[in-house]
Formats: sequence, structure tokens, C-alpha cells
Amino acid sequence: MRPVLFLICPVLLFLGASYLLPFLGIVQLSFTDPDPGLAQYGRVLTEDLPTGVIWRTLRLCVIVTAVSVSCAYVITLLWVRGSPLVRSITELCIMIPFWISVLSRAFGWLSMLSNRGLLNTWLQDLGLIDSAIQMTRNEFAVVVGMSHYLIPFAVFPLATAMRNVDERVLTAADGMGASRLRIFWQVFLPMTASGIMGATLLVFVFSIGFYVTPALLGGGQSVLVAELIYLWLFQIPQWGMAAAMSVVLMLGVGGILFILMRRYGEMAK
Amino acid sequence: MKSEAIVSNTTQIEARSVGKTFGKFHALRDVSLQISEGEFLSLLGPSGSGKTTFLTLLGGYEPVTRGRLMLEGQDMTSWSANQRGFGMVFQGYALFPHLTVAENIAFPLKVQKRSKAQVTDRVAQMVEMVGLSGHEHKKPKALSGGQQQRVALARALAYEPKVLLLDEPFSALDKNLRGQMQEELRRLHRDLGTTFVFVTHDQEEALALSSRIAIFNHGELQQIGTPDEVYERPANRFTAEFLGDINILSLDAEAGGIAGTPLELPASATAYEHVAIRPEHMRLAAAGDGNQLPARVRDRVYLGSKSRLLLETRAGEELMLYFDNGPGLPPPDRGAELNVVWDTRDSFAI
Repeated sequence: MRPVLFLICPVLLFLGASYLLPFLGIVQLSFTDPDPGLAQYGRVLTEDLPTGVIWRTLRLCVIVTAVSVSCAYVITLLWVRGSPLVRSITELCIMIPFWISVLSRAFGWLSMLSNRGLLNTWLQDLGLIDSAIQMTRNEFAVVVGMSHYLIPFAVFPLATAMRNVDERVLTAADGMGASRLRIFWQVFLPMTASGIMGATLLVFVFSIGFYVTPALLGGGQSVLVAELIYLWLFQIPQWGMAAAMSVVLMLGVGGILFILMRRYGEMAK
Repeated sequence: MKSEAIVSNTTQIEARSVGKTFGKFHALRDVSLQISEGEFLSLLGPSGSGKTTFLTLLGGYEPVTRGRLMLEGQDMTSWSANQRGFGMVFQGYALFPHLTVAENIAFPLKVQKRSKAQVTDRVAQMVEMVGLSGHEHKKPKALSGGQQQRVALARALAYEPKVLLLDEPFSALDKNLRGQMQEELRRLHRDLGTTFVFVTHDQEEALALSSRIAIFNHGELQQIGTPDEVYERPANRFTAEFLGDINILSLDAEAGGIAGTPLELPASATAYEHVAIRPEHMRLAAAGDGNQLPARVRDRVYLGSKSRLLLETRAGEELMLYFDNGPGLPPPDRGAELNVVWDTRDSFAI
């Protein structure tokens, strides 16, 4: 056995004991509780509640990914290509969220968006609206909260791609008389496509398993897959269903990851 | 061999006391020169000499700090790169990595809003001209260095610019490919009659390609002239040493010669401290030759058809000359005492 492989063994053992064994337990549970067979999978994939939750999760995650990556693109542009002052301010704005827990951030958005929250109070004080606008306990709040959490993660793959853009290529395009708009859409954006792909991959996979933010900001009104699993475990115990849903989630994420990674590999070539 | 393209005497570009500073650093000081229509001008100098800075100022990619730039009598100092409309081949090519060869060449044409048919025709013509037929649909990454170079040339020439600026275009190529590309560049220049301004740090390249050479050092223009002018009549010590090999010997005023030996010197020698002679103008003396300088052989390097002799004068100064390994005497051995001789007309005081 080569020494390097030998040294990696403890990690493999640890991962096997802490992830693989419990996961195999879940797989077993999904085929046996309450009845042996594929019944749980059948219910997860046909009943209204789970399928509705799956579709909502997919839809929201696509929206969240689009919002996060677009916002992150603008922020990264400021961070990588702004003036020194803009750069340091942006850098601070990217780093600070990492120091605040996901729970605090969700509560932060609640106090901002709720009916008696800051935003509604201000709007009412300014006389712009008569009664509070419902901005929490719905999908809007979930998208805002999740995007806010995920934007910093999208920044890093984008920053790498933008830093790799050869400045001379942009100078060349400018010298040929291309407008700033044309340079952005036809040169800069395509040259950073691999970063967009990487950011999309990262954000989408993260968003699918989100629990805290949708649970708090959705207020039970827009339940996502992770929250449904929690409900089936602790509120209305159906462990076999929860296990089957977990396996479906796992396979779904794995499948999406596989497809996007292949696409990413082709782009990097 | 110089480019045979017809160089007219019409001044196309004129730089008047152009200077450029980056913060406190003077990248370029007081450069004045004229570029004629259709000429092949090389900007030659070591790195950091200001040659590339001058090219970027010419192209309009950086604003000048001082002085004026004229194009055909008009003041173009404040014009943008696009308004000047010169073609530019960047160091490292700066091709669009996500576009194919044809799309790269088409880019500037599309910016100019030419019709689709015109763009297609012109791209096909350019691809043909630089010999890239069959590679139109490849991306730059799939091409060799020489092929990428051709794409960059085609893209810069696609919209028929009056002036083509080239920033060390061959620095990334290996020696053989370099020679081949130089040949093609000469052909392009001959065929198109476009003014080429070419930055290089390779003196052989500059001598072989240019109709005139501008030599830069420490941000200052040292000399401008045809290759034989700058090589044979260098204006100062820097130019003399930068272009080719040269022997520089201290004058001995007392003896009226060098290292205690009276010699016939160039007329201007009294005003200077050194006399310079190219190694190819020196040979070993035979009996009866004039202007003989005694020296001792310090080293001998065999180079095939000739040998390089490293000699030392009595004053301890080094000089170098080539000895033909033809029929006749074998080259002198290390330690041999001998005399070297040259024609006074081939020496100059600096």
C-alpha cells in the first residue's frame, strides 16, 4: 500500500462511520417503515403534499439561484474592478455576512419585513401605504432570505473568473471601437461564463437543502423539502416517508450536480 | 535586407516633445520623431526603455502627459484609440478566447456595422491572407502560438487601418517560427503599404525588418535612422553597445593612440575619450599594415566556420574579433602576442 493512501484511511473511516452508515440506515428505513417495499417512494412521488413541496422547492431554488448569481455578479464586478475605495467597501460587505449566523440573519429579515417591521413602519410613516404589506410568511420572504445568505458564496467563483480575464483583451475591444455595453455583453460576460456556471452550481445545490431560512421566513406557508422532512420526523412522525424523501433529495441533488459538473467541465476545456 | 515597400516622404505621424509620467516615474521624456507613410519603423530598446509606452501613446491607449501627437497634420493628442483607428497587435495577442478565428477577425468589422456579406467576404480574405484557411472555426486555444499570432494580425488588419502597431509580437515564439513570421510580416508590409510601427527588444529582428529604427533607453530617444545608419554611425555609446558587438578602447592622449601605441585615429577623436570599432572591421595584422595595435590572445572560441578571439591590449582592455577558419594559418593559440589592424574609416570616437 502506498503511504499516501495509508494516511488517508482515518478520514475514510471517519466519513464512513459518520455519513455512510447513517445514510445506509436511512435507506433501509425508507424501504421498511412502516411496510417493506417501495410504498413510501410511491407515496412521495405521487401524493399531492410531497410532490407539491418538491415542485415548490425546485421553483424557488431556481429563482433564488438566478437572483443570487445576478446580484453576486454585480457585487463581484465592483469588488474586482472598482476603485480601491469601492473595493474595500465591497469586500467588507461580502465578509460581514459570514460572521453572522444563519439564524440571526433570518430573524434580521423578519424584523425588517414583518407587518410591524421596519420597512412597513417607514412606508406607513412616509404615507406611501395605508396598511402593512404582507412581506413575510410567503415565498417572497424566503427568496429574499435565502438569496441574502447565498450571495457571498456565489461571489468567489465569479471573482476567480473575473480576475482571470486578460485586461489586454478588453483594451483590444475598446481600441476597435466597441461600446462599453458591447464589451460587457460580448466579451466580458462570455469570458466569465465558467464562473457563472460554478456559482450557479454552488448556490443551487446549497439552496435545495435549506432549512432554517425558509422555515422562519416562510412561516409554514411555503414549506420546502428540508422542512417537510423535519415535519415528518418530529411533528407528524412518518419516518419511512422522511427517509424516502431524503433519498429522493439526495439522488436529485446528485443528478443535478452530475449534469452541471459535466457541462462545467466542457466549458473549462 | 530591408523591406522593399515604397516609403513615401510624406510625414504621417509626428510626435512633438512627447512625455509620459506614471506618478513620479518618467516613462518617456521629450520624444520627437516623424513617421513617414508606408514606413516600417522599429522601436528598439531594453525592457523599461519606454518603447512600449511610446507605442501605447501612439495608439491612444494611454494619454500623453506632455507634448503633442499629430496625424497627417491634425492634432490627435486627445483622440481615443478608436478615433485614431490604428490596428494593434498586442503582446500575448489578446484574442477573444470564446470566439472562433473567424469571429475574432469579424469583431472589429461588426463594431463598424458593416453588412453581413461584407463581413463574411473580408473575413475570408483575411483568413486567406494570413494562411489560416481551414482553421476558421477553431478557438484560439486550439491553435499554435504562430497561428494565434496570425489571427491577431488578421484581426488588426481587417478594417484596413492606416497604421499597424505591433507590441513585441514574436516574443513568445520559438526561434524558427520567429524567422518565418518575420518573413511573413515583411511580405504583408510590402503587399499592403500600411505604416508599421513595431516594438521589439531583439536587435537582429529590428535590423532585418525595419526601414528605420528608433532606439530608446531610460525613456529617451537615443537615435533614429536606417538600420545601417544606426549600426555604422551610432550617435552615442549606448546605441553602439546595444546594436551588435563592439570594441570600445580608451584613447591615450599622451601617445596619440591607444595603450601607449601611436595610431591613426578618426578626426573627431580629440573631443572624445574612447574609440569604437566593430569586430568585423578588425583583423589580425600582416607585415606592412598600418594602424597596428599590439594585443595578447586571452581566449579562443571555436565556432565552426570561424573562431572568436578574445584579446587584451597592453592597457588591459578587452577586445574581440572573428578569425576565419579557412585555408591558411590556423588561429593563434591562447597567450600568443600579435597585432590587430583596422581601417581608420571604420572606427569612430565616442
